Amino acid sequence: MKLHEYQAKNVFADAGIPTPDSQLASDVDGVVSAAEEIGYPVAVKAQVQVGGRGKAGGIKLVEDADEARDAASQILGMDLKGYHVDRVLVEEAVDFVNELYVGITMDRGEGKPVAMVSTKGGVNIEEVAEEDPEAIAREHIDPSFGMHPYQARKAVYDAGVDQSIARDVSSVLTTLYQLWDDKDGADAEINPLMVTSNNEVIAADAVMNIDEDALFRQPELAEMEEEAAGGDELEQKADEYGFDYVRLDGNVGIIGNGAGLVMTTLDLVDHYGGKPANFLDVGGGAKAARIANALDMVFSDDNVDSVVFNIFGGITRGDEVARGINEALEQFDEIPKPVVVRLAGTNWEEGMEILNEDLVTVEQTLEDAVQRAVEYAGEVNDQ
Amino acid sequence: MSVLVDDDTRVVVQGITGGEGKFHAEQMMEYGTNVVAGAVPGKGGQEVSGVPVYDTVHEAVDEENADTSVIFVPPAFAGDAVFESLDSDLDLAVAITEGIPTQDMARVNKRLSETDTRLIGPNCPGLITPGEAKLGILPGNIFAEGNVGLVSRSGTLTYQVVDSLTNRGIGQTTAIGIGGDPIIGTDFVDALELFEDDPDTDAIVMCGEIGGEDEEEAAAFIDDYVDTPVAGFIAGRTAPPGKRMGHAGAIVSGSGTGTAESKISALNDAGVPVGDTPEEVADQIEEFLA
Repeated sequence: MKLHEYQAKNVFADAGIPTPDSQLASDVDGVVSAAEEIGYPVAVKAQVQVGGRGKAGGIKLVEDADEARDAASQILGMDLKGYHVDRVLVEEAVDFVNELYVGITMDRGEGKPVAMVSTKGGVNIEEVAEEDPEAIAREHIDPSFGMHPYQARKAVYDAGVDQSIARDVSSVLTTLYQLWDDKDGADAEINPLMVTSNNEVIAADAVMNIDEDALFRQPELAEMEEEAAGGDELEQKADEYGFDYVRLDGNVGIIGNGAGLVMTTLDLVDHYGGKPANFLDVGGGAKAARIANALDMVFSDDNVDSVVFNIFGGITRGDEVARGINEALEQFDEIPKPVVVRLAGTNWEEGMEILNEDLVTVEQTLEDAVQRAVEYAGEVNDQ
Repeated sequence: MSVLVDDDTRVVVQGITGGEGKFHAEQMMEYGTNVVAGAVPGKGGQEVSGVPVYDTVHEAVDEENADTSVIFVPPAFAGDAVFESLDSDLDLAVAITEGIPTQDMARVNKRLSETDTRLIGPNCPGLITPGEAKLGILPGNIFAEGNVGLVSRSGTLTYQVVDSLTNRGIGQTTAIGIGGDPIIGTDFVDALELFEDDPDTDAIVMCGEIGGEDEEEAAAFIDDYVDTPVAGFIAGRTAPPGKRMGHAGAIVSGSGTGTAESKISALNDAGVPVGDTPEEVADQIEEFLA
């Protein structure tokens, strides 16, 4: 779960990390009055969770009330990479002389958290990591002890941060680690951490991703989760149903159990000349109602011309799957799109007995099922 | 023959009184696994399907000589359950639980490095030595005794590939589902090493997926140390960059690492053929064994 910039900034500020003065606003007058209160110049920043907001016109620097009004009316209501902007953060424009990067993430290769510091802040840090990995100092943390102050200092000195601000940057890094640890962060980043001419450091942006699996013990953060305004409607629907779902640009709908098997089904659709419309993993142990929801999801995608159902039961039972398929399809007078079903593993024979074969095409193997679904999708396109 | 588990393995099921724990403990016993105890705090003294339940894993070890645990504990408590098994000097702990917070696993990972216990998982289907024992949730009936070792990051993909092998009369020494989480215990390299050292394993299947760099590391290890022929499969060739495909690990970063392409070419460079379909992997294994 990704926090909005304003949410992450509140969390950072509460922990003692310096952040610019700012206020959230959702209409033009609100933006102007916030700007007056903060004092010009201010930045007006769209609060949507997409990268590259600045380049897409979602961030504007304004000098006076007229400019603030213009910027607010341009940004509020705009469509930013598919997301509707309904709020902006009005923020004190920091007069900076330098930009740093600090971040904490989990290094999955090492199985340990890693703290990162770079003097190449204010730019795409992934590009820096790619082109000039030496420019990012890294310090691995023992998760059972936490970050020692010397480790923060070491990362800061290794990165070549100027002596005059080293202490403050170390302190920001230590606080950021503590936050990451306390709040079950997946990533916590400040890019840029601005340095003013008075040698003050200020978090001009704030990124905080929370480990979804840990939200049960972070009730305050869980409450901050908002429905994203805009974005892909189907992906939102999948969220409500609790599916792992990714929309793709093909026309063969895919439903399966287990991420690896579903990805394999996608790959086979491609292998046999089709194009996958989605990735949909019903997860382990899905009951009939969940299977019916999955079919409902895939049918609601207008691009889908055929559906392949690939279930290899372990913890998931073939009879439950068959019941779900029947349940979903029996409500139609006419099946909207041809459905191919392949059932294997736990209780597949019981499933085959239950499955209403008037409503679906049954195939015994994954290869046959995928080829049949690709054929059906092709036939629709030929019409 | 087998690696890690056989019919002498003495299993304690952590979480045996829960729905999943009970169901799969019974399934394991039906398969022939020697389940000797359950461990559930507060439920000591009960019995589940004829198996005595203890409050702690330590008691199960003391009273029943358990040497292996299988963990069916809900995610909020599963990290602690793994710690308990590590602290009980077991040979092997298998964590089936999906959704353990990553920071809990980082702490487990640290503790793991200080013990002699081997961990499989979490978020995995477990492992099976056909004809002897299964630990976890794998459907026993699709496996057959034989001479192919299998290691996979994905449960259902394991089933798919095993099905293709078994249908051709090719059995397995042991199949290990290592799980798709970012932090896991036993990884590809560990499993490959076990199979390489097992005299009864004549060929190995390695099923990977996009995300992370474990397959690339495995390829380097195969190149240097593995003489047993290996056939590979990589799921997620069609996955778009930047999207998370179910498994926490299965995300392709935009920068070219962790992609299906980079994994396939690393494996090919190490002399490992990578099938386009599970059937092609089975074809390849058939060829190795011919």
